[in-house]
Amino acid sequence: MWAFINKLRSPKWFYAISAKLQPFFWVAAAGLILTGTVWGLAFAPADYQQGNSFRIIYVHVPAAFLAQSIFVSMAVAGLVYMVWKIKIADMAAAMMAPLGAAMTFVSLFSGAVWGVPTWGTWWMWDARLTSMLILLFLYLGVIALRGAFTSRDSASRAASVLAMVGVINIPIIKYSVDWWYTLHQPATFTITGRAAMPMEMWAPLLIMVLGFYSFFIALTLMRTRSEILRRESNKRWVRDLAGEMR
Amino acid sequence: MAVSETRLSEKEGRGVSRGEPGGGLAVALWATLRRDLTLLMRRRGEVLNPLVFFALVITLFPIGISPDPQLLATIAPGLLWVAALLAALLSLDSLFRGDYDDGSLEQLMLTPQPLPMLAMAKVAVHWLMTGLPLALMAPILGIMLSLPAGSYLVLALSLALGTASLSLIGAIGAALTVGLSRGGVLLSLLVLPLYIPVLIFGAGSVQAAIVGDGVAAHLAILGALLALSLMLAPWAIAASLRISING
Repeated sequence: MWAFINKLRSPKWFYAISAKLQPFFWVAAAGLILTGTVWGLAFAPADYQQGNSFRIIYVHVPAAFLAQSIFVSMAVAGLVYMVWKIKIADMAAAMMAPLGAAMTFVSLFSGAVWGVPTWGTWWMWDARLTSMLILLFLYLGVIALRGAFTSRDSASRAASVLAMVGVINIPIIKYSVDWWYTLHQPATFTITGRAAMPMEMWAPLLIMVLGFYSFFIALTLMRTRSEILRRESNKRWVRDLAGEMR
Repeated sequence: MAVSETRLSEKEGRGVSRGEPGGGLAVALWATLRRDLTLLMRRRGEVLNPLVFFALVITLFPIGISPDPQLLATIAPGLLWVAALLAALLSLDSLFRGDYDDGSLEQLMLTPQPLPMLAMAKVAVHWLMTGLPLALMAPILGIMLSLPAGSYLVLALSLALGTASLSLIGAIGAALTVGLSRGGVLLSLLVLPLYIPVLIFGAGSVQAAIVGDGVAAHLAILGALLALSLMLAPWAIAASLRISING
């Protein structure tokens, strides 16, 4: 176990192992997203209440899942970095943040587009949309804080602390926003009653969710690899690598 | 040689302060509290600014929206809470700034006393000089916004409880940005999303008081949020201060 963790400390080892893992996740991502999209958009039955507009769920829900999971992974990576000083964890956290913010934006945007046929308006202060908006601000805060420091080490540690503080607050924010929303009870129809979704509808959704996760892993591996090269560019093994390529 | 000597004397220095009769955490906390209070009393403008800001922002709303008392009464709880929150935010940037600039923050870290506790003393002073005055001032502004009678006590109480959490959470952001030359705007970006639960239950308690619902639940949740931030924030503040100093 410890030998494995010690290996993880080495960017060189990570660079080698991720080269092997990366293609697998790219293939999985492409296959799953393609299957899910075709199945969801063309073959899944239309919703009896919302018609075809419900199909936006196949982008909206996976993006929302990722938006939340990426923040949690970022905080876990921050904790790993703060406790064990594993640089890879911090590089991965730094590389995840923009993707997480982008996914939050995608889920917000698709939610707004979905709002037009269901609520008749682009934006409602719906509990879930509101907490997603707050999550977007949390992401922007972490990214901005990391960018504000000139020293890389301080930037990494500050972003780690903020990600951990944020992750403790996310459930509190989520439940208080839910509570606030139920208190004010606007007379709208919610999409919560989704439990009775038939198999033909949720199977493509599951595939899309898995596809989005594979995409996230593949992209994070790829971006972390280039970040390793950037940060370790003065190390011998990186120079040797560059020499080989030339 | 010289280096080892200084190290030795540093060690001795630590030993002395630790072994001081009656010394220790309580003395250090009291000294920090008294020092910060004295500093703020000498710069009264800094204490008054958030209060003036609070009054000014509240003045803007009737001018911007409408002087209609009924309309103002419906939005008053939220307005008062948002304005107080922004006023508290405004004063956060100076929480550690002065100490960072003149080096006393580094001295604070060199003391043998735990940094989270000392940071707590500074946050307590911040609350005493901004949160509490804001809470006491809010009912007066409430009258001007024709806030329905019977909610004034709840307004002051919820603000007093809530601003304590705001000071604690905000201090994390202040500690993270104290080393940056222009941390002010960044600070609000970091801290405002974290303020939302406090705002929801704070404004909610005043609203509940107006409608005639029980306010105990809201105040209890505000108290719970305060307990949680009291428990976790000091560690985050201390860790952030260490990052800012070493960075």
